[in-house]
Amino acid sequence: MATTGIEAPGRAQIGAKTLRTDAWWIAPLLTFLALTAFVVYSAWRVFSGKYYFYEPYISVYYSPCLTTSCVPGSEFAGSPISWWKMSPALLVAWIPLAFRFTCYYYRKAYFRSFWLSPPACAVAEPHSKYTGERRLPLILNNAHRYAFYLGLVLNVILTWDAILAFRNHNGEWGHMGLGTVFLTVNAACLWLYSLSCHSCRNAVGGRITHFSKHPVRYQMWTLISKLNSRHMMWAWISLCTVVVADFYVYLLASGKLTDLTFF
Amino acid sequence: MGYTAKFKVWRGDDTGGGIEDFSVDVNEGEVVLDIIHRLQATQAPDLAVRWNCKAGKCGSCSAEVNGKPRLMCMTRMSTFTEDETITVTPMRTFPVIRDLVTDVSYNYEKARMVPAFAPPADLAPGDYRMAQVDVERSQEFRKCIECFMCNNVCHAVRDHEENKTTFSGPRFLMRIAELDMHPLDTVDRREVAVEDHGVGYCNITKCCTEVCPEHIKITDNAIIPLKERIADKKYDPIFSIASLFKRNKEGRQSAPDTPKATK
Repeated sequence: MATTGIEAPGRAQIGAKTLRTDAWWIAPLLTFLALTAFVVYSAWRVFSGKYYFYEPYISVYYSPCLTTSCVPGSEFAGSPISWWKMSPALLVAWIPLAFRFTCYYYRKAYFRSFWLSPPACAVAEPHSKYTGERRLPLILNNAHRYAFYLGLVLNVILTWDAILAFRNHNGEWGHMGLGTVFLTVNAACLWLYSLSCHSCRNAVGGRITHFSKHPVRYQMWTLISKLNSRHMMWAWISLCTVVVADFYVYLLASGKLTDLTFF
Repeated sequence: MGYTAKFKVWRGDDTGGGIEDFSVDVNEGEVVLDIIHRLQATQAPDLAVRWNCKAGKCGSCSAEVNGKPRLMCMTRMSTFTEDETITVTPMRTFPVIRDLVTDVSYNYEKARMVPAFAPPADLAPGDYRMAQVDVERSQEFRKCIECFMCNNVCHAVRDHEENKTTFSGPRFLMRIAELDMHPLDTVDRREVAVEDHGVGYCNITKCCTEVCPEHIKITDNAIIPLKERIADKKYDPIFSIASLFKRNKEGRQSAPDTPKATK
């Protein structure tokens, strides 16, 4: 325990790291387990480089597929990159990773559950020194807006993927399967997660001091503020929809499952 | 129906102390502060406690009840079971004076460091005119009763005494945000927020919001918007370049000199 903290000279000498009697450790533990599971699953899928496309569905980790090694049918904009020899997902997966890592909600989540800084409110952290987000690398969290902008571009592409999913396995329009539902719901949840972002809230109107001079931006800010109050919820829901949508594509592409088609 | 409750109360001063056990009567409808007063009246007449309004509006009776920062006057005994032992200690971030009374002068030093409200020089008092939509963000922060529980729970100072020189805590970051969003204020406080008040120490773990008895969304509505405004100025090259081509519509000036940290 840091002797400069709650045991610092002059403060009440109580001794215990915390006197909380509730189960304060459950939330950081669950967060740790959930985020670790997501990171392990994502790493497996991103580095595997296979089973990411089953006409008309493409995995969210691999879209847009930009390399010449992309599975036929999954290419995006002619797959212009020929020099990349590793998994094509690595070219795009860093964008959502950066967006979530710098996200104001996930900062709370990983600072509490991974770095224990603090593990919970009024529970002493184990570190003897704390400098916050003032130095590299954590000062880069201030670049959240750039990850947000890039994330919006990805959302447009994933929305287009969801539209393309209204085709059947032979590429004919006007069909729908379970994968269509997963990709569409995933795209919608990613939009809600992105638009509820604090950087978005600042960009649409938060930086303005005189709302009365910008009524349209004020209305947008009001709407985004309502979404923003559920940012944590959309962060978790969209995390789950990404995994579900990707895993369904994996099951189809690897031949472990047959697509459930509705019409 | 009354019952006898088991209480543990920290007693001592800056030279030392410890938790003492009490059994004390509790009546229906009482709050923790009532029980502390009963201890004063019946068993510990020299027990020191700071209190004033007993209505959650003066912010005097801040303490830690079962390890959580709480206003004693707003903590109902009915929230505990009759066989539960209730532990009351002083706030653990500030130097203790005696028993449950702490020296919160750190907060007043930080308050003096915040540049004061600065309306336009040619606008006389009484001529201030503001639209409601322009002031409603700041009005949320005016609910603050200065109980200093947010600063007490913030791990950046609670667990790191040495950061008190460079970090002002959520209460005063919120004050800076309040003034920065004020439609009639003419001072740009963003640089001051970084250099003098250490906004970069905040890692968005939201404990300040969790303990606020006025339910102010300190993190989401004050600190994060402040961080985003600072990112506009310091960490966003595109926005900075774009600003060069805009007229300085708000005519904001640099913050005047204020008292600096003395510790």
